[in-house]
Amino acid sequence: MAAKADRSGKPRGNLPPLELYVPEPKFRPGDAVDYSDLVIPPAGLQPRPDEGCAPAETHPLCLDLVRVLDDDNRAVGPWDPKLDAETLRRMLRVMALTRAFDDRMYRAQRQGKTSFYMKCTGEEAVSVSAAFALASDDMVFPSYRQQGILIARGYPLVEMVNQIYSNRADRMKGRQLPVMYSARDFGFFTISGNLATQYPQAVGWAMASAIKGDTRIAASWIGEGSSAEGDFHAALTFAAVYNAPVVLNVVNNQWAISSFSGFAGAERTTFAARAIGYGVAGLRVDGNDALAVYAAVRWAADRARANKGPTLIEHFTYRAEGHSTSDDPAAYRSAQERDEWPLGDPIMRLKRHLIAIGEWSVERHEAMDREVAEQVKAASKEAEKSGILGHGLHHPFKTMFEDVFEELPWHLEEQAEQAIRERRIKWPDWKE
Amino acid sequence: MAGLEGVMTQEEAPVSLAEAPTRRLNMIEAINDALDIMLERDANTVIMGEDVGFFGGVFRATAGLQKRYGKNRVFDTPISECGIIGAAVGMAAYGLRPVPEIQFADYIYPGLDQLVSEAARLRYRSAGEFIAPITVRAPFGGGIFGGQTHSQSPEALFTHVAGLKTVVPSTPHDAKGLLIAAIEDNDPVIFFEPKRIYNGPFDGYYDRPATPWSRHDGSVVPEGYYSIPLGKARIVREGAAMTVLAYGTMIHVAEAVLREKGVDAEIIDLRTLVPIDVETVEKSVEKTGKCLVIHEATRTSGYGAELVALVQERCFYHLEAPVERVTGFDTPYPHSLEWAYFPGPVRIGEAVDRLLAAG
Ligand SMILES: Cc1ncc(C[n+]2csc(CCOP(=O)(O)OP(=O)(O)O)c2C)c(N)n1
Repeated sequence: MAAKADRSGKPRGNLPPLELYVPEPKFRPGDAVDYSDLVIPPAGLQPRPDEGCAPAETHPLCLDLVRVLDDDNRAVGPWDPKLDAETLRRMLRVMALTRAFDDRMYRAQRQGKTSFYMKCTGEEAVSVSAAFALASDDMVFPSYRQQGILIARGYPLVEMVNQIYSNRADRMKGRQLPVMYSARDFGFFTISGNLATQYPQAVGWAMASAIKGDTRIAASWIGEGSSAEGDFHAALTFAAVYNAPVVLNVVNNQWAISSFSGFAGAERTTFAARAIGYGVAGLRVDGNDALAVYAAVRWAADRARANKGPTLIEHFTYRAEGHSTSDDPAAYRSAQERDEWPLGDPIMRLKRHLIAIGEWSVERHEAMDREVAEQVKAASKEAEKSGILGHGLHHPFKTMFEDVFEELPWHLEEQAEQAIRERRIKWPDWKE
Repeated sequence: MAGLEGVMTQEEAPVSLAEAPTRRLNMIEAINDALDIMLERDANTVIMGEDVGFFGGVFRATAGLQKRYGKNRVFDTPISECGIIGAAVGMAAYGLRPVPEIQFADYIYPGLDQLVSEAARLRYRSAGEFIAPITVRAPFGGGIFGGQTHSQSPEALFTHVAGLKTVVPSTPHDAKGLLIAAIEDNDPVIFFEPKRIYNGPFDGYYDRPATPWSRHDGSVVPEGYYSIPLGKARIVREGAAMTVLAYGTMIHVAEAVLREKGVDAEIIDLRTLVPIDVETVEKSVEKTGKCLVIHEATRTSGYGAELVALVQERCFYHLEAPVERVTGFDTPYPHSLEWAYFPGPVRIGEAVDRLLAAG
């Protein structure tokens, strides 16, 4: 029998000691930002394989960046979806509306009308263009930053504000944190606060659609930070095994609260490239290029609908604002990043494109901005009639106990009685 | 000062900590101080978690520590609670003493298998060859309008697991001493920090101005190293009318209610849920003959059920009334109806009245 090994961790000749590598973002608060070593390939050069291609054929695209809008604001190359001007203007309007909505709700939180809010500033294309590329009856499983999908699908703004204010008219009955919408009639799955759970669920919905011989597909979105969760990897494995008709989007907005994308593995390879190891098609796309996002999601949707399998799409973008109203990004990243971001702003880029092709003008854009701001204002005024958070106009107390189960068991009946008794003592003027 | 019983400093123990220089800290600062001291004292201590490094944690509990101890000792992790706890188990197998932070207790579930099947049983299944001296810190509890995923109190899921210790502090003073003891403990400890009282001792009256810790005795924190042994409760206030068993935020709510009602109750802060200081509980209930159990967590199969069972098993012939249990309701934590959900002064007051009227 061999002698027992020495397990004290002795030096090994000339080998240096092991070292732990801990990623560090390039820029911290106060740093000058220089993105010159970020590889941004010119628009139009990326090949567009057939939607039915083998997953491995997409490997080069996982390391590239699908781009359509060039530096002269023209749509170029094989990924140009060739959308008509009317569709482009609608897309632009929904993105502008989404941004106006975010701005107003952010201020509403600051004014104490609700507890919390999350903007998607700079990432509007990732949800809005994708919603345009999917069929309106396809099922989406979003994270908390895809309000653009709901708006694109025509969900009433006033319902969104009701949810954010947790008021009496809130369809979620004041139960959920603001922005955690649910809209079954709009093919929009209830948003979870627990990261990444939606990913395998989208795959499951897609599998169900396949089991039933349906024609609808599923799509999901996840932040790059959340792609570290096990759910992400379970989703990709299931999607690959069952060739599920699903479009899996990773929104790489560079930051996960204070952690940069390196903490999800971005320094080693792209998020799109993960697809290849699972045998899933992958695309990496300029997430601030509304046309490229549309083209990529459309490619993946057509592929899924033709029974050719799932696609993982990395949308390369930038979180222009804080993580949420609870966060001040000045504490961990350079304020210059936003201004220097080489892929610009998705709304500005689509606007310039429409102007370049003679289908839009600065005046029309300004008029549109005023209109969407008015639209949001009207919706929030309307919602305020049903109350704001903490000002009494809540749902009846009994609703707190409903929907835990289909029927109220005896112990919840008892607890509901207790709650109502307490209410009479605590808030004698309350009217149900 | 109350709360110093059982406190030992390592070198010069037993010492009267009352003589150690003190500072007034809030609970976050006290936790930060404990982590700082353990990083300093023990080169095997490492801190890891989402946003804990450069940023210092979303509640700032690890602020400044990466700068002081370097990225080998204090580092950010990918967003994977399974990875965080699993890696901590591996580090512990090497001989380190990891102190992972889970950003909110509500997000601990992806790490459950690594905690329940692995960390908790490593010692048992390897007959002591491998141990998991890990302290998992996580903010827990409601009262901040965090909705159902930033408000939960899942302590009973962990007290139910053989091999895990569970600790909940209620003051900055205790938070520091208990956290140091938890890190030094050779078994895995779940350390739940009641986030509602990070900045001040919340008394349950959400519509009154908040009090800062600086006006509370529990914010007087000795400088330097000290530990409060796990498994030792603290008698917050002596009394004869009834025994109140609670922990975390509910200590302060209970104190306020009983003070207002002028009830001579004995309030026991359990501090450690497993292993529980059953002797202190027994002695008190034998003296008072009445017992009220309070927690914020949901009721059914909550930790209160364990307390009620222990009290009736061990003190049955001293009881003059059925043990009362005040808890959160058996629903997810609601957003807009937060203060209807929270087991506040009215719910506690009714239970106190019932106990006073009985027997
Ligand atoms: C399971 C789980 N762990 C941790 C959190 C806390 N948390 C909320 S958002 C977030 C960052 C997510 O970043 P990313 O996935 O990149 O999405 P982004 O916010 O950038 O859109 C974290 C850590 C959570 N909600 N759920």
